[in-house]
Amino acid sequence: MLNNLKIMYHQGKQYIPDVTTVEVPGIFRGRPIISDVRINTEELIQLCPTNAINREPISIDLGKCTFCGECAFAFPEKIRFTKDYKLSTNERNRLIVVEGQDKPIDLNPDLIRKEIHKLFGGSLKLRQVSAAGDNSCEWELNAAGNVNFDMGRFGIEFVASPRHADGIVITGPVSENMAEPLQICYDATPDPKLIILAGTDAISGGIFDGAPALNRSFLNKYKIDLYVAGNPVHPLSFINGILQLIRKIK
Amino acid sequence: MNYSVLKNNQRVPVNSIPVIRYEDFMDTIVSTLMKDKNNHCVNYFGYHHESKIKLICCIADDANHCIYVLSSLVEQTAILPSFSAHNLSFEKYEREIHENFDIGYSDHPWLKPVRYPFHAADKSKTISNYPFYQIESEELHEVGVGPIHAGVIEPGHFRFICNGEQILHLEIQLGYQHRGIEQLFLEKKKLLQRTTLAENITGDTVVGHTGTFAKLWESLCGYTATPELEFARTLALEHERIAIHTGDLSAICTDIAYQLGSSVFGRLRTPVINYFQIWGGNRLSKGLIRPGKTNFPFTKELAKKWIEVFDAYEPDFTEMVKQMFDLPSALARLEKTGVVLTGVAESIGMVGMAARASGVNRDVRLSHPDNLYKQLNHKPIVKHHGDVYSRTQIRKEEIFQSIGYIKQLLTDIPENMKYTNELNTPEPDSFVISLTEGWRGEICHCAITGNKGELIVYKIKDPSFHNWLALALAVRNNEISDFPICNKSFNLSYCGHDL
Repeated sequence: MLNNLKIMYHQGKQYIPDVTTVEVPGIFRGRPIISDVRINTEELIQLCPTNAINREPISIDLGKCTFCGECAFAFPEKIRFTKDYKLSTNERNRLIVVEGQDKPIDLNPDLIRKEIHKLFGGSLKLRQVSAAGDNSCEWELNAAGNVNFDMGRFGIEFVASPRHADGIVITGPVSENMAEPLQICYDATPDPKLIILAGTDAISGGIFDGAPALNRSFLNKYKIDLYVAGNPVHPLSFINGILQLIRKIK
Repeated sequence: MNYSVLKNNQRVPVNSIPVIRYEDFMDTIVSTLMKDKNNHCVNYFGYHHESKIKLICCIADDANHCIYVLSSLVEQTAILPSFSAHNLSFEKYEREIHENFDIGYSDHPWLKPVRYPFHAADKSKTISNYPFYQIESEELHEVGVGPIHAGVIEPGHFRFICNGEQILHLEIQLGYQHRGIEQLFLEKKKLLQRTTLAENITGDTVVGHTGTFAKLWESLCGYTATPELEFARTLALEHERIAIHTGDLSAICTDIAYQLGSSVFGRLRTPVINYFQIWGGNRLSKGLIRPGKTNFPFTKELAKKWIEVFDAYEPDFTEMVKQMFDLPSALARLEKTGVVLTGVAESIGMVGMAARASGVNRDVRLSHPDNLYKQLNHKPIVKHHGDVYSRTQIRKEEIFQSIGYIKQLLTDIPENMKYTNELNTPEPDSFVISLTEGWRGEICHCAITGNKGELIVYKIKDPSFHNWLALALAVRNNEISDFPICNKSFNLSYCGHDL
């Protein structure tokens, strides 16, 4: 008993008091900024492993980006990754960062369904489906619930059954072998329900885009409520995205 | 000689590997090489070669620090006598060869599908109509779990046949995670794409798999890693071990409903993986390891930061493990649960931390060392009971061991060296095998190039490949309620297996 108390005392306070403003340690690669500097565009585009970079104007699609940072190492005066971990939106196009612009990624309030705030504003239970995810996003989603990030304080929780869930969080590029279980899980979730895509692999297929072992037809059938970019998603990206989705916009 | 003798990461002309008749191939492997207790099979695979199937088998000799490689050409329609009938550790390799190429085996014990790959020879079989093994009895019942599990983890199906609360038999069917990654290695031509693929083999072993790929690729290109690259890779590999082992201890505590341990180990993992972010900008170290170069040179400031992180980690960790390992209610759940005896572990070819918990001294860091492991003079930690407790103990002790290694490494940091190097194109008609001891165990990658230096075979083996069978055997005669803790004590990879 005394030992337990001692351990708890030594731990001190571990939670992050404000998950919307806290600064992450180190050199986290979050939302990039692309300057107007002229560089060899062809070379830049060829560099990217997932064809996330486009021309005229030069842009990076964070739904495809693996956040490897190679473009920023090759062209440091052109591309710089900031520590901004707010990488969630409900409109696919908002994940595309364009040169000469430095604006945060956020949600389009007009596209948020009316009932979401009313029903899920104080409590959101999610069922996670790993559909060929590589276990990195899964680790980070678990971390979002640990004592540091503690998303449970906002009423956000992962639950064991789709019957208890208000929506599903998909990770991974969706393999053929997971296409049917994913559909069954979605069908088993009661209406109204959300679909959240967590990580580059889920949003675009990432490095697996176009692979013959995938079957992404599920994603074309339904409206996606939230895209969370990252490889893997940072727990703070995930929590902030959901908070923006379910809380009333001030 | 019926076989070539290679060192870890050594490149040889593919034509130098002897091609022998299947009868001699089998005889050499099963009756000669595998009779030596120091030898085990690290990879055995096939590929299309001149309208036939070429089988390549790699047997590692842990005592003599070398790998024996031999091959055989067989017809696609062949029905062969199996190795598995004589040595069970080949059972999954042969199932894979059967699944991919439709080669038949006359006496294989169970040609159960491995992963239902998109290029399977028999496309009529799908994962959703797999007929699970059944036992007819009024007293037995079945419990099906998955593919989607209760927690935030990867998919796989577990089918239990239970006698009351006791597990009589567990069958594991995987393949849900199959992304065709080996094929993508051949199709994606840019080095950065292939490196990214290696990082995605399993996202919990980024350093392990990417490091293996980097070593293999450098060997194909005739490049020897510089001391500073080897330094960074050794350090990262040990750091990854600490990070995941700490997380596993948290998960083990969760599964025995020990809230304090679960929270404390969970939060202790945070600064460890955050350190990867401080070093390379990503908590799971994606982007850190690159063939021939590094974008994140290790500096004296990083070393100082590491010491700070671990000065804070060690007292809290030590206090918590002491409390946990002194707690009778925790130990009661761990001891004698999910036992894999040494004989069983050897017979099924177990590897890594789980094998060492069962008394099998198998560790690539000792037997086939690369990077800086020779100078670290690694001594594997071995336990003998093979239960959940042993696998928990191993994690605890390996964490302290890895911390020690990193402290030792940090006394001599290479400085002001070259961090970016030009790599040549891969040599044509070559074969390379690369082995690494990741936190889970032995990782093996093999590559073969064609006459223009293009990749024609890329073969990956995650330690989970063998160890999934160990889990199925470990839970026999255990209460079904102990399954989660058994499963967690192995913490195997689904995507690393399904590829």
